[in-house]
Amino acid sequence: MKVALRICGALAMLAAAACNSSSELRPLTVVGWGGSSQDAHRQAYWNGFTKSTGIALREDSWRGGVGVIRTKVVGGDASWDIVQVETEDLILGCEEGLFQRLDWAALGGRKAFLPSAVHDCGVGAMLWSYVIGYDGDRIKGPGPQSWADFWDVKRFPGKRGMRKTPKYSLEFALMADGVPADQVYPTLRTPAGVDRAFRKLDQIKPHVIWWSSISQVPDLLGSREVVMSVTSPGRLIVANRTEGRNFKLDWHGNIYAVDYWVILANSPRRAEAAQLLRYMTRPENQMRLASYIPTGLTNVEANRLADPALKKDTPSDPANMTDALELDANFWVEYGDQLTQRFNAWVAR
Amino acid sequence: MPGSHARSAAPRRWWAFALVAPLLLFLLASFVLPVLLMLSRAVTDRELHTVWPESAAALRQWDGRGLPPDALAHEVARDMITARQAGTLNRVANRLNYDMVGSRSLLYGTADMLLSGVPGDSVAALARIDPRWGQPGIWAAMRHADGPFTSHYLLAALDRRLDNDDRVISVAPEQAVFANIYLRTFKISALVALFCVILGYPIAYLLASLPDRKANPLLILVLLPFWTSALVRTAAWAVLLQTNGVVNHALQNIGLIDAPVQLIYNRLGVYIAMTHVLLPFLILPLYGVMKGISPVAMRAASSLGATPLRAFLKVYLPQTLPGVAAGAIIVFTLALGYYVTPALVGGGADQMISASIAFYTNQSLNWGMAAALSLLLLVPLLLMLFAGRTLARTVPA
Repeated sequence: MKVALRICGALAMLAAAACNSSSELRPLTVVGWGGSSQDAHRQAYWNGFTKSTGIALREDSWRGGVGVIRTKVVGGDASWDIVQVETEDLILGCEEGLFQRLDWAALGGRKAFLPSAVHDCGVGAMLWSYVIGYDGDRIKGPGPQSWADFWDVKRFPGKRGMRKTPKYSLEFALMADGVPADQVYPTLRTPAGVDRAFRKLDQIKPHVIWWSSISQVPDLLGSREVVMSVTSPGRLIVANRTEGRNFKLDWHGNIYAVDYWVILANSPRRAEAAQLLRYMTRPENQMRLASYIPTGLTNVEANRLADPALKKDTPSDPANMTDALELDANFWVEYGDQLTQRFNAWVAR
Repeated sequence: MPGSHARSAAPRRWWAFALVAPLLLFLLASFVLPVLLMLSRAVTDRELHTVWPESAAALRQWDGRGLPPDALAHEVARDMITARQAGTLNRVANRLNYDMVGSRSLLYGTADMLLSGVPGDSVAALARIDPRWGQPGIWAAMRHADGPFTSHYLLAALDRRLDNDDRVISVAPEQAVFANIYLRTFKISALVALFCVILGYPIAYLLASLPDRKANPLLILVLLPFWTSALVRTAAWAVLLQTNGVVNHALQNIGLIDAPVQLIYNRLGVYIAMTHVLLPFLILPLYGVMKGISPVAMRAASSLGATPLRAFLKVYLPQTLPGVAAGAIIVFTLALGYYVTPALVGGGADQMISASIAFYTNQSLNWGMAAALSLLLLVPLLLMLFAGRTLARTVPA
């Protein structure tokens, strides 16, 4: 038997797909984005899930990119069951059959969730957003109130932090140029609209420090390298709580999107994965997430139950939604290659 | 007699080969084959070929001038419906979108209209659904993708594309990016290798000349960057190099500069951070070579009247060159693949080619493009290594 196992192991090394039995031995594996978000999910859901069901959980973390999942599923590596993915990953992966179709009746029906949290292959895990963040100790008095203010280097001198991607940057540029939120994507779908966005970006380019990991933002603001930055709210709120910072947020014209839970097509533990999915999306469980991380909840009932004081800093609070723009993932699936190429050429000039 | 010698050596050679054969097979199966399979995506085009076999065949027969015959349009419309129902339209839609942006929504939108009963049996009928079917662009894109081989990805990786009449033309100037990124990647890597040699040579010399008791703790310091995560390392460099950072303060305090200088989030930051990370890869092989050099030769040179500088240049340095070359090649090769560090400490003009490869592999799932970019990184590298070897052989020792 031992010899057989060893041979099996050797074969598995030669061709990762050879030994399916090895994946049966591992516990149910859930994959998040690491950091404070994964900590929050562990405290809100995973500890309680294991306690109440007796199902052991193994955690992994990743940094997104559906290509990672394609490699696993096509390559026969069944080491993950449930993964938190972004919308573009969800769309591309679902089309390719990398994810299982969800049983929405078991999840309480599609109506129980925000419309944007519902997809054939995924259910919303959280609602997050990109907003303007600045240091209240440095900008005293009224801070930036719009993307036009973010662009106004006379009123607010100093560098700006922006994410080094065309995604978000082009949308913010158009809003700074006076395009209303609901017209941003229709404008970007025209060549003239893309030119307009890049022309607007030209204005601010000399004043931008480009960041590529959200973890850089509190440091850039804290060290006064930049005076304001595109940021996700959670990082700054956590820095305010734990480091006594005075970071402030402006929600005008924020872009929000949903992250989803998916079950991989080659998961050997489908039933348990579905059980965890139900656990994480039930209102009485999901409302707990808000107390660990300032994030928007996807279950309508959980949103109603959650503490109003906690909701104030989340993207799903109605006051933060007035002129918000939902990220159009379909647009980025279609135009992402072209605009990333153009953005990379532009940003290097 | 040389012949009999060769005969007696042959079985031994076979034995030696038999011993390494499992390793070779393992490497072949787990490394060479997957790499080749991935790289083959740079020149193959399987999407239309497998998902729309009838249309692909009809496309190959069409002369490709202007708009296609109605029979071909009808074939495409039928395949579109079948693929939409089978859930495979995404493969064709995404492939055509690489050639002509907007094809994705065009195909999905048209397929849904056809499924609802709108006729699509001719070019004119399709053009009533969406005017783009009445223009040559989408049909040329389909012809370019009819497989089984394609030049699309390699041309795109060189900022070129095929126009509607199959002539190779440059992409629009605002889209041309890869040639610059390649040049930048090779330039940054070469300079990082050079900086590593300049900084690493004295360190390796010091380590090699110290007794082990003192050298070992220093070696651990050299290895330290290996055990630190890229993010932590970068954060540390940010603390040192940022506008209000330690280095700027120190320079201002001693009066070298009046105002802070930009040391990070530009090319300088990339050089500093990459040289720091890659330095051990130069020091270690060089240290190994230096340890093997007998001090006797240097003593002999001095006793024969050479000045220390002359003895170093004529006796010591030439013996260390293999170590310098090995270290520099390792650093250069590793530097070519870097993208996290340049992204974190660099500015807009410091992105390296691996960042694009990672983008196409993970984010956009355009593996053909990822393969083409990888191929264009691998081929010059292999040529350079080969040229280096040949050069090393022809130079008399």
